[in-house]
Formats: sequence, C-alpha cells, structure tokens
Amino acid sequence: MKMFDFAQPATLDEAIGAWEPGAAWLGGGTNLVDLMKTGAVQPAKLIDISRLPGLAGIDELDDGATRIGALVRNADLAGDPAFAGRYPMVAEALLSGASGQLRNAATVAGNLMQYPRDAYFPGPEPDPMADASSLSVLGAGGEPVTVHPSDFCVPLVALDAVVEILGPDGPREIALADLYQPGEPRTTLIPGELVTALRLPAAAAEFRANCRYLKVRDRTSFAFAMASAAASLRMDGPHIAEARLSLGAVAPKPWRVAEAEALLKGQAPGADLFARAADAAMAGAQPVGGNGWKIELARRTAARALAMAAAGTPADMPALPASPFGNQTGDLAHV
Amino acid sequence: MSLSIHLSINGTERDVALDDPRVTLLDLLRERLAMPGTKKGCDRGQCGACTVLVDGRRINSCLTLAATLDGAQVTTIEGLAQGGDLHPVQAAFVEHDGFQCGYCTPGQIMSAVGLIAEGSAGDDPERIREGMSGNLCRCAAYHGITQAVQDATRRMNAAAREDAA
Ligand SMILES: Cc1cc2nc3c(=O)[nH]c(=O)nc-3n(C[C@H](O)[C@H](O)[C@H](O)COP(=O)(O)OP(=O)(O)OC[C@H]3O[C@@H](n4cnc5c(N)ncnc54)[C@H](O)[C@@H]3O)c2cc1C
Ligand code: FES
Ligand code: FES
Repeated sequence: MKMFDFAQPATLDEAIGAWEPGAAWLGGGTNLVDLMKTGAVQPAKLIDISRLPGLAGIDELDDGATRIGALVRNADLAGDPAFAGRYPMVAEALLSGASGQLRNAATVAGNLMQYPRDAYFPGPEPDPMADASSLSVLGAGGEPVTVHPSDFCVPLVALDAVVEILGPDGPREIALADLYQPGEPRTTLIPGELVTALRLPAAAAEFRANCRYLKVRDRTSFAFAMASAAASLRMDGPHIAEARLSLGAVAPKPWRVAEAEALLKGQAPGADLFARAADAAMAGAQPVGGNGWKIELARRTAARALAMAAAGTPADMPALPASPFGNQTGDLAHV
Repeated sequence: MSLSIHLSINGTERDVALDDPRVTLLDLLRERLAMPGTKKGCDRGQCGACTVLVDGRRINSCLTLAATLDGAQVTTIEGLAQGGDLHPVQAAFVEHDGFQCGYCTPGQIMSAVGLIAEGSAGDDPERIREGMSGNLCRCAAYHGITQAVQDATRRMNAAAREDAA
C-alpha cells in the first residue's frame, strides 16, 4: 500500500478544510482500504471521518421524511426497528449485502460511494471482460462497463432518496438517481464534497405493506448480485395505485424503470401483468461478453420480486434476506 | 510520522505508538503485539478469519486501520477464556466438532460471539448460517459450527435468565 498522510478532523468544518486534491474520505474503510491494498486507489491523504460527531442519527423529520446520517453503519440502519418498519425493503437489501462483520463497519455514505468491482481487476488497465457477469446489460450502450455493485442503492433509488452534501461552497442536495453518471468520475460529487446524509421522503413509507428486495447470487449468501430487483406496490383495494421498480447489477447505476411502473399503475396484480412489466424493464437490454443470460435472469428476478411484493411484506425479516431460497418466516404466499 | 493510540485489548490498557498509518488492526495484533491468535486468510474482507470485536461489535480486522481506533476496546480470541474456563462458544465448538484444521476457528468463534450479542439469529439454524456467512471454512466444518453456535446461544440465554432471576 502506498504511503499517505493521515488526518483526523474533529468537526465537519475541519474535515472540509482538511481536503486537498488527491485526498480521500475514509468511512468504514471496507471498500477503500481493500482497494488501497491492491494499489487500484492511491490517495495521497486519508481523512478519517468515521468518528465525526453529528452524522450518526436516524431521525424522522416533521414532514414525515427520514434522515439518515452518513456515518450510520449499515447493520445499525437495517436493525433499527422504526426504520425497518417504514422501509422493510431497504432493510432487506442491506441485510443481503456483504457479511455481518462488513455491515457492522460499512457506513451509509461509503455504501453509496463504493467503487464498482472493475476497480478490483489487477493491472493498470482494468479488463472488464474478465468477468462478464458483472458487466452492464442496460445503460451502457453495449460497451463493457461494470455494474454498480450496491444492494442498498437499488430500493433507495426507487423510493426517491435524496443525498445531502456539504462542500467548501456550502451544502446542497441531489436525487440519489443523479449521483451516478457514466464514465469517469463515476459520481457527480465534486472533489472536496462530502455526503452528510441520506433522506427518504414521507411517501416512501407508503409502500411498506407490499415491498420486497430479491437478489440472485452465485451462492446463497455473502456474494454480490448477479441480478436483483426492488419492487414496491401501493395498493388501492384490488388495484395497484402506484408501483416502483428498480433493478440492481444490470447497469452502471441503480436502474429504475419508469416504463414498467407506468404499466403497473391502476392494474390488478397478476403473473401476466408482472411478466409484461419485467419485459418492459429489460426491453433495451444488450448482452456484453456473452452475458445474455443476465438479461433473462434479470427479467425473471423482476417478475418474481413483483409477485413477492404483491403477496405482502413478511411480518418478520426472512431468515435469508432477499433470497429465493430457504425458510421464509411470515407470509409464504409467494414461495 | 508517529501516531499514538490508546487501546484496551482484552481488558488490558495499552498505549501503542504507530510509526505508519497503513497498519491494520490485524497486523498490529499479529506482527507488533505478539498476539497471533487472530488469523489472516484473505486480507480482503472475504473470509472472516481475522474477525475480532471492536467495542463489542464483530468486524474484519484486516480492513480496519489501527490509526482509526484510538480509545477503542478490542476483544480477540485470546481474551475469551476466563483463566482455565473456556468461553461457552469455545466449549461448544470443541463439543460439536466445529473445526478440523482450526485455521478459521478463532474468526468463527469471535464472529459467533458477535452474532449472539446481536441477538437477531436466536437458535434458528437457518438464521445462524446466514449470520455466520462472513466466515468461510476451507475444511467445511459448517455443520458442527452451526450446531455449536446454536448450542452456545441456548446456554448463554439460559445463563442470562438465571442471572436475571
Ligand atoms: C468481501 C466483500 C463483499 C461485499 N459484498 C457486498 C454485497 O453483496 N452488496 C453490497 O452492496 N456491497 C457489498 N460490499 C461492499 C460494501 O457494501 C462496501 O464496502 C461498503 O458499503 C463501503 O462502506 P465504507 O463505509 O466501508 O466505505 P469506505 O471504504 O470508507 O469508502 C468507500 C468510498 O466512499 C468514499 N466515501 C466514504 N464516506 C464518504 C462520504 N461521507 N462522502 C463522500 N465519499 C465518501 C470513500 O472515499 C471511498 O471512495 C462488499 C464488500 C466486501 C469487501
Ligand atoms: S483476513 Fe480479514 S476477512 Fe480474510
Ligand atoms: S477448520 Fe479448517 S478452515 Fe475451518
């Protein structure tokens, strides 16, 4: 690992002041330290923000929104009963990511800002073709671009999450969907800016009775997604008043599909409808490096996630969160 | 550069002078503090062999920079037994053959202690397997590991109930 300067600011203002070109923020370190070991990332300065005061709260705001501090650990957010009750699909996605140890260390902001997995390929020129399963089939125009790896971001983007940012020029906020962009740099954060919080609007909690995250991996647990889907429905009697659908591990960013959402609105839930919505979600998909199977996998994952959401959010977190396998606690209707 | 941190390691207070900010907690323990009980498998967060508790929470010590831990309480496998008495999780691993070669075992045991403290798995084997999925075992002693964690959970819960009564 290349040598770096190490700074431990005591306040948020000090942290902003400590930034200089070539510096990197250190949250839980589970992504950054890993990449520094391979030499893929070589910050000249690490600014340890992991213990900054005031950034570790989960608060319900007056307008019904929920504000999550950037330093809340992934495990603590998933395990917060009020949060998991309002946004069960987000808790399920968090619990399907990484391992118990990693979730204890990983921060909310670090998860949003994690580097995609092509950064892991050795050598100065990353060779994304090395693993076609992690190449995008949507949003990359058929070019070999690695998918965004986060599970957490998939339901967040469907629920209109907002990212609060602080920089040398003061605070600003953007939709999470606008945090990511194709090419380098991969996020729209301006160097020197820090993510301070994540906000879920009040309307996001209206999907709590019918929302699921489903993640297909090459082993049952502790693996990145090959395809995933976050599906939520707001029911009005027998009809879908509003639907949200986003896909993970298919595009360079968490991929929300407005076409599928429009198709579901006002309809009665059913296998046919969900199949059509899933078709619409994958309509523009293009295989890269022989990963055409991913398109079909994502299509089926989306349809199944919708069926699971329609069957109702389980009363308890499933023993295997977001998994198509294993015992399910609570509602068995979708199995 | 020189950076001084204060740690409580297995109940012993220690001032540690770090000459290098790159040192991970894992390397600090093994290479500088002569505590080789914590194992290095992958050094990348992928295997769990390096699991320790920091302020009571299980983490991968291979991805944690020591310099970030000033004031923390660290518990390693060396700190579990009370004199000659094994910790209930250690005893359960012995009783249920929760290992073969033993290389992953300190990490498995520390992870199990952390999982039991989290309280989300109870004695449900499916939840235990999921909760322990950050710890790989090259010898595939998973069956015994799950039984050991299940048994230790029951015993520790029973002991806690007795203490409360
Ligand atoms: C073995 C392994 C398996 C994994 N499996 C999964 C999985 O299945 N699903 C999944 O979703 N994830 C998975 N992950 C990734 C994991 O979720 C991330 O490593 C973690 O969320 C990063 O959080 P952190 O706080 O440790 O970030 P850090 O490593 O501290 O930082 C990551 C990046 O974010 C930047 N950053 C940190 N905080 C801020 C901030 N406040 N503002 C701006 N930038 C910031 C850093 O500079 C760095 O570039 C896995 C990781 C490992 C090592
Ligand atoms: S050595 Fe830390 S997880 Fe493998
Ligand atoms: S006992 Fe040999 S690796 Fe687990």
